[in-house]
Amino acid sequence: MQLRDGVLCLAEGMRRGECSAVELAKAALERIALLDDALGCFLTVTPETALAQAEAVDRARARREDLTVLAGIPMALKDNLCTRGIATTCASRVLEGYAPPYDATAWTRLRSAGAVLVGKNNMDEFAMGSSTENSAFGPVANPWDLERVPGGSSGGSAAAVAAGEVVYALGSDTGGSVRQPAAFTGVVGLKPTYGRVSRHGLVAFASSLDQVGPIARTVADCALILQVIAGRDPLDASSVPVDVPDYRAMLEAGVRGLRIGVPREYFGPGVDPGVADCVREALDVLVGQGATAEECSLPHTGYGLAAYYLLAPAEASSNLARYDGVRYGRRADGRHTPRELYALSRGQGFGPEVKRRLMLGTYALSSGYYEAYYLKAQKVRTLVSRDFQAAFERFDLVAGPTTPDVAFRRGECSGDPLKLYMADALTIPANLAGLPAISVPCGFSRSLPVGLQLVGRAFDEGTLLRAGHASQQAASQWRRSPPVAAGGKGAAT
Amino acid sequence: MRVAREQVGRIAELACLALDETERETMACTLNAILDYVELLERVDTSDVPAMAHVLPPWDAMREDEPGPTLSPEEWLDHVPSRTGPFPMVPRFVEE
Repeated sequence: MQLRDGVLCLAEGMRRGECSAVELAKAALERIALLDDALGCFLTVTPETALAQAEAVDRARARREDLTVLAGIPMALKDNLCTRGIATTCASRVLEGYAPPYDATAWTRLRSAGAVLVGKNNMDEFAMGSSTENSAFGPVANPWDLERVPGGSSGGSAAAVAAGEVVYALGSDTGGSVRQPAAFTGVVGLKPTYGRVSRHGLVAFASSLDQVGPIARTVADCALILQVIAGRDPLDASSVPVDVPDYRAMLEAGVRGLRIGVPREYFGPGVDPGVADCVREALDVLVGQGATAEECSLPHTGYGLAAYYLLAPAEASSNLARYDGVRYGRRADGRHTPRELYALSRGQGFGPEVKRRLMLGTYALSSGYYEAYYLKAQKVRTLVSRDFQAAFERFDLVAGPTTPDVAFRRGECSGDPLKLYMADALTIPANLAGLPAISVPCGFSRSLPVGLQLVGRAFDEGTLLRAGHASQQAASQWRRSPPVAAGGKGAAT
Repeated sequence: MRVAREQVGRIAELACLALDETERETMACTLNAILDYVELLERVDTSDVPAMAHVLPPWDAMREDEPGPTLSPEEWLDHVPSRTGPFPMVPRFVEE
């Protein structure tokens, strides 16, 4: 039994007594010890916490208590999800050594379901990036090719799942940060509807766009995780009081009669032909199972990226104002005026990409530029959202590639932020419209994984999961293991 | 050039960021490249389009005004970089 077997298989193994939660936790910790020097997926490993939680699950099982399917399954959290007493750094020097006094609600819910936390994942600093090269503590490698990036900003979480270090992880998706790394590493990444999962305890980047989502090897596992973390939370006023359906029960419904819109803008110039072919083949499979696929248009897709790179930095410039070196986090040494203390603490603590976005956001909100930039971008956001509304009058889902290309080489985009931002061009529209979206592995181009992206109506994650599951069941490529250079050789189990 | 090098200093001041000379130089270049790109939004006619205020229809997010559990002062103060007793230490900002 291996961690790559997934939640259901491992849960069944524990139920039958073929393995214990402690054995699974040890297997995860051993695998991290074996692979993570090369991969860099973890900023903190929590063996004591993991073994204590696993022992508690095994004791509960011995007492024949009712346990959830997630009980005893080793998992990880992106390092921007607060964990009481466990370092939460957002991969930033600003928060180095910070251990929050409270837990994120998504983690509280998983922990109550018996999840076993083995550690916190590396990421782009404050979730700003698409390659996980912007971490203050070093980059993450893609398990499929160690010279390539795993995507970002949840690159550590996606790579850890792909390499079989953990069974699943939680990431956060502001402009594609769950889906894009999932596509680059050949795993499944789900961004729920804005408001579906509580953001309490998720360190804020761009609050009107941020959403917590699961990363796992299968759509079915994502459904099980979403089931636990979804739902209204009194601690997050933006979490919506909408019923959470039984996602697992919806998985096997198939796609017969499902109407899929395929926006031509998602296959435009800049999209690699190999990626486009994989996605079209995956759609053909769904059509073969009884869905219909028809070309459509989301005419403002090409403006989404520009709107996002004004709105997200603007929100970040406000959210990250709290890191002033006074209440928590890094404080500059020496005697200074308050103003100098704030500026020096921030200047010394933040990395180049965070500084760039804080500057951009401050500029976009500053007097004389607000209307030309921020307000204009919010209007374009309305148009992007209207495009989807019109599409969903005719279709149940919209489908296309998750990313324009496969994982790029480390350093290929450094020094050219715009080139890097382009990696998010196809994921950002769903964030701007607040819609749920999923990336499902659908093949390989140049021996690197490709993701099929499905976007659904607000709060209709069930249809996404149903279609994603059907796609995954019909294909076998996603079962392939990435070659991971452990000591220069070897393959992931 | 949209953002002159001198303007970078002013924006950094507003953003409360201490930048060194090299950073200011680089920042002017990258900010201008990004602002040149976002200029494409000007092509979109938004004359009758409202700015998005919220991605979902609004709902009543208010709760009953009842006290709930909270962290103790000691738990909050545990993370202050510098403190004396129950008080965070900050630089003097009122002249004696």
